Amino acid sequence: MRIVVASGKGGTGKTTIATSLALAAAEGETVRVLDCDVEAPNAALFLHPTLNQRKEVGILLPVVDETFCTYCGRCAEVCEYHAIAVIGKKTLVFPELCHGCGSCTLNCPKKAIRERLDVMGVLESGPTPGGIDFARGVMNVGEPMAVPIIRELKKWKPMSLQAAANRAAEHIETKQRSNPLIDEGIALGESVPRTSSPQGYDIIEIRDAPPGASCPVVETMRGADFALLVTEPTPFGLHDLKQVAEIAHKLGIPAGVVINRDGIGDNAVDAWCAEANLPILMRIPMERRFAEAIASGQTLVEAAPEYRTAFQTLLQDITARVAV
Amino acid sequence: MKIIITISGNTIDSPLDPRFGRAAAFCLVDSETGEWTVHQNPALSASGGAGVQAAQLIAKLGAQAVISGSYGPNAANTLSPAGIEMYLAPTGETLTAAQVLALFQTGKLSKAQTATHAGHHGGGY
Repeated sequence: MRIVVASGKGGTGKTTIATSLALAAAEGETVRVLDCDVEAPNAALFLHPTLNQRKEVGILLPVVDETFCTYCGRCAEVCEYHAIAVIGKKTLVFPELCHGCGSCTLNCPKKAIRERLDVMGVLESGPTPGGIDFARGVMNVGEPMAVPIIRELKKWKPMSLQAAANRAAEHIETKQRSNPLIDEGIALGESVPRTSSPQGYDIIEIRDAPPGASCPVVETMRGADFALLVTEPTPFGLHDLKQVAEIAHKLGIPAGVVINRDGIGDNAVDAWCAEANLPILMRIPMERRFAEAIASGQTLVEAAPEYRTAFQTLLQDITARVAV
Repeated sequence: MKIIITISGNTIDSPLDPRFGRAAAFCLVDSETGEWTVHQNPALSASGGAGVQAAQLIAKLGAQAVISGSYGPNAANTLSPAGIEMYLAPTGETLTAAQVLALFQTGKLSKAQTATHAGHHGGGY
């Protein structure tokens, strides 16, 4: 089961909820945490993983071999992003426009295009002291696109599963290039196989989403089974909650709301959730001790152990809603 | 010499469109005979890379020079290797393509050697 923790507005408590939900779930389940906020990943500050694996990721950029190129212009025709142009006897590549979809390479009738990895960031992964399989993407400073890193992060498998996957891959014909846009099920409503451990038990995967409501959030949500939307009862919180709720709705992902800093602001979030038929699954009151604990690097369930039960109930609630 | 003038209408008497990649249309005019045709810009609604797409069309139309108000880096990097010269039209006042052509014919327009603005986005959002 894949749970995305998203919010729209930044600073509402996505990582607070994601890390405590992960710790509570790890008491009885196999848990994987993906920090998808690749521009500013911070879940590791709370879960303390040993990041013992590192992999460079990015997109595949076309490299044109002029000795084979006939300047037919097919590559420029199929490029959705105008990242490759044919002008007279020159084929030009614009790396900053390229999304790495591979269409030019696939369509070149002379096979004059090869690809090189344009590194945009790294995946770092390893276990936490609590036995959670942790992975995060870290985008290089100055890169404009977070989506390719998030896409790779979602494909990440813990070491043991990776080794098994590698063995299986040896027996599969791998000549055909896989399309990264299709891998994770870009089509809305496409069913994605559930994450299962080798033993057949369901793994709980928790994705800590980036703030906002743009492409990186959509990519993080895509393929998830449930969207847990963290908000605060303020006009800003509500405004951005509406945006992410709309994304979840369009992707066909069931959603529920956590109201953090409950008691501040107004009742507009409650009213809108009732109107939109979005269940409010948890409320965390505004308390100074929570803020102090989190500022010092503690998770909510460590600072307030009475919340362990609440998070376990939350997980059961989500599981029941996904099963419907 | 065949020249493209970026315009916001459908004739040589239409006002100059100061944008290159996002120009509404291109007026292809022969500077010797004055014969002209108008071509819609397919890049007008492109999500990105409009300059690249527009420059390719202009190369296909066989123009040797283009007159517009400004050029982004991708447009300049496509037009330059194609050997298409970039001229700058005054943008302070609203001139028609015909008036801009007259300025060109009397040598009153300056050439842009590189991009005149830093581009609109890195693409990819």
